[in-house]
Amino acid sequence: MSINTTVGAQSMTFKPPKRRWPPELSIFLVLIGISLFFEALGWALNGQSFLFNLDRLQIIILQMAVIGIIAVGVNLVIITSGIDLSSGSVVAASAVVAASLAQVSDFPRAVFPQLTDMAPIWPILAGVAIGVVIGVINGALIAYTGIPPFIATLGTMVAARGFAKWFTGGMPVSMLTDSFAWIGSGANPVFIFLIIAAIFHVVLRYTRFGKFTYAIGANRQAAVVSGINVQRHLIWIYAIAGLLSGIAGTVTAARAISGQSGMGVMYELDAIAAVVIGGTSLSGGIGRITGTVIGVLILGVMTSGFTFIRIDAYYQEMVKGAIIVAAVVADMYRQRKRRS
Amino acid sequence: MSDTATAAPLLEIEGIRKAFPGVVALDDVRFRLRAGTVHALMGENGAGKSTLMKIIAGVYVPDQGEVRIKGRPLVLNGPLDALNNGIAMIHQELNLMPYMTVAENIWIRREPKTRLGFVDHGELRRRTQALFDRLVIDIDPETEVRSLSIAARQMVEIAKAVSFDSDVLIMDEPTSALTEKEVEHLFRIIRQLRAQGKGIVYITHKMNELFEIADEVSVFRDGRYIDTRLSTEVTRDDIIKMMVGREVTQMFPKETVPIGDVVLSVKDLGVDGIFGGVSFDLRAGEILGLAGLVGSGRSNVAEALFGVVPATTGSIAIEGIDVRVDTPAQAMKFGMAFLTEDRKDTGCFLILDILSNMETAVLQQHYVKFGFVQRERLRSDCEAMSRTLRVKTPSLDEVIQNLSGGNQQKVLIGRWLLTKPKILILDEPTRGIDVGAKAEIHRLVSKLAGEGVAVLMISSEMPEVLGMSDRVLVMHEGRMTGIVDRKDADQVRIMELASQ
Repeated sequence: MSINTTVGAQSMTFKPPKRRWPPELSIFLVLIGISLFFEALGWALNGQSFLFNLDRLQIIILQMAVIGIIAVGVNLVIITSGIDLSSGSVVAASAVVAASLAQVSDFPRAVFPQLTDMAPIWPILAGVAIGVVIGVINGALIAYTGIPPFIATLGTMVAARGFAKWFTGGMPVSMLTDSFAWIGSGANPVFIFLIIAAIFHVVLRYTRFGKFTYAIGANRQAAVVSGINVQRHLIWIYAIAGLLSGIAGTVTAARAISGQSGMGVMYELDAIAAVVIGGTSLSGGIGRITGTVIGVLILGVMTSGFTFIRIDAYYQEMVKGAIIVAAVVADMYRQRKRRS
Repeated sequence: MSDTATAAPLLEIEGIRKAFPGVVALDDVRFRLRAGTVHALMGENGAGKSTLMKIIAGVYVPDQGEVRIKGRPLVLNGPLDALNNGIAMIHQELNLMPYMTVAENIWIRREPKTRLGFVDHGELRRRTQALFDRLVIDIDPETEVRSLSIAARQMVEIAKAVSFDSDVLIMDEPTSALTEKEVEHLFRIIRQLRAQGKGIVYITHKMNELFEIADEVSVFRDGRYIDTRLSTEVTRDDIIKMMVGREVTQMFPKETVPIGDVVLSVKDLGVDGIFGGVSFDLRAGEILGLAGLVGSGRSNVAEALFGVVPATTGSIAIEGIDVRVDTPAQAMKFGMAFLTEDRKDTGCFLILDILSNMETAVLQQHYVKFGFVQRERLRSDCEAMSRTLRVKTPSLDEVIQNLSGGNQQKVLIGRWLLTKPKILILDEPTRGIDVGAKAEIHRLVSKLAGEGVAVLMISSEMPEVLGMSDRVLVMHEGRMTGIVDRKDADQVRIMELASQ
């Protein structure tokens, strides 16, 4: 349908930027609503508060920090109208590689017996590097061969998981140094998540890189003609997504004080869910980090809340699925409203 | 025509009002369509034609007012309902399924069935052939739609609309993608339908079509009904006056400006298998028109110059220095700018706001410090640009999708002017935009040339090419067939070169 119905005000003077409600307001209200819902159920069923429990709040945030780190990268990818399915496998690959370089010397079955008791910077760099490498492979496949992101990252998803299994021979990589384990201890994962979220919030809103990211997602052809090097930009985007998954993997290994090839299973889906719930459009061009952070919190509160009122984990997954679908339906409805 | 004028109108509309959040698209609009006539709807983009048409076709329900079909008041609930009441619409964007055959597309949901309930393909074919014979359309009903040209698809759409035996046919700029010959064919079909007593609502921006095919014309402006006249009783100027509500003094305000040095020199440019042998010099202050039929390779020349599809043969020199242009970014560094032909596909970021649409090109080289965008300075310069170009919008935060075609085009022109180009390539700069905006864009291009910008302008509209250009380069089937000076250029000369 052509759109030439709107004429709008004809004034030639520009009003200052309109004070609109931030787009995150509605999902923020959803977060509050869900929290209050569990709060009420908490008093009704368990006779105790759901929210006003520091331990529980900590657990919610800690659980979600790793998903959150991944989700920031996935958000960038989805804004360019792509998708990244490899995040969960990248978590496993970086976790096992990082762990293998963080083992203590008095462990007889270390993966690299001559590379033990190393300063934590080396396992961190290695874990992150694995993520970047897989991310660059994703980006190059998508940018230069033109295959859909879904297929490219599906391939690396399977391959990276395979790599992690081969690397460990199916055995956990354990006995890690205390200095490496420190990264995942206490609230550190949360700080890492918040710092990353803040950085990319700024990147998206205030830098040229951010502006071009939205432009590519909104109309790739138009971006090309505007002089944007779309291929290079996409490689950067997927490399960042890989980097963040690598950080998430390293943090996961540090927190578990072990690297395992089965880590991070389904994390990519949780991250995508958080991003979509946070208002990022799967058709690209729209999305903010603040929304993603709220989306992550919604997922965390739900998981924790269901456990709190003792609902079976299987039901949890079913409800989570329904919520993801609902978020996408809401997104499509929003898009249609924009177009009227 | 005069004998049908007294008959009861097929379609009558009165006091229609339709508002969208923040905008009144139509206010107290009326319209009347008589059987056996072609009724043109004209108005600038944003005048409300499309909204009116969508109300007639049942897409929108009006907030107020009445729709009467053959004197019977009716509320249409959706396009299907309209179809059942004898109103068929041929959309601007074609709605055919590419992987189905022509016949399947036409009779979808109405397929003839065999006794076992399977689709009767023989009967399907016969029916389609009969329909095509009646309309003198020469397309094999069994070809898949994806292998048809745009024009052929248009014909299929029209045949489909006719197949419903509708009394009212709505055509929204049906000729925008057709060549002259195809337009002739379309007009023959329309005349035939008219002779059968159908009423045809014909939306167009093209004045000559109006006089060629329409019996009556209704003009709209800013969501209001202005007037209805017999096409034999109005002049071009009358209609323009009604559309813009003021006199458009000069359509092609070409100024004679001093022509400077050669800025762009192209020798034997080509892309293998697409076009070749294009050579020309473009000077500062000059407007070089690029004419030729659709498919003659005009746009490909522009894309090669700008590095969208890099040239494989020939050379490009900018201010005397040989350069290679392999990407748009390189072209921009050499001071080129390229307004593409297709606003929707390669121009606008439809879901983004005006500011985001305007800033993309200039951000390549300016307004950025250490990767950070200098937002205040950029916004105020974009606002100034928007004011200069007279973009009608309350703020730069408006989503560009909500602007009319002419205003979208102005934003895109602004995108390139911010880069202060030396060479401006315009591909169909005024396609599908209204008369007022058209004149503004012409004036602007003239002014830019006066400031020393070298302009290469592709256009399918002969008056535009003749009116604006200092010289006209003509192409035919991927070859340059000649360059004509302004003083020697006329329609005949150019058509000769374009179709030799």
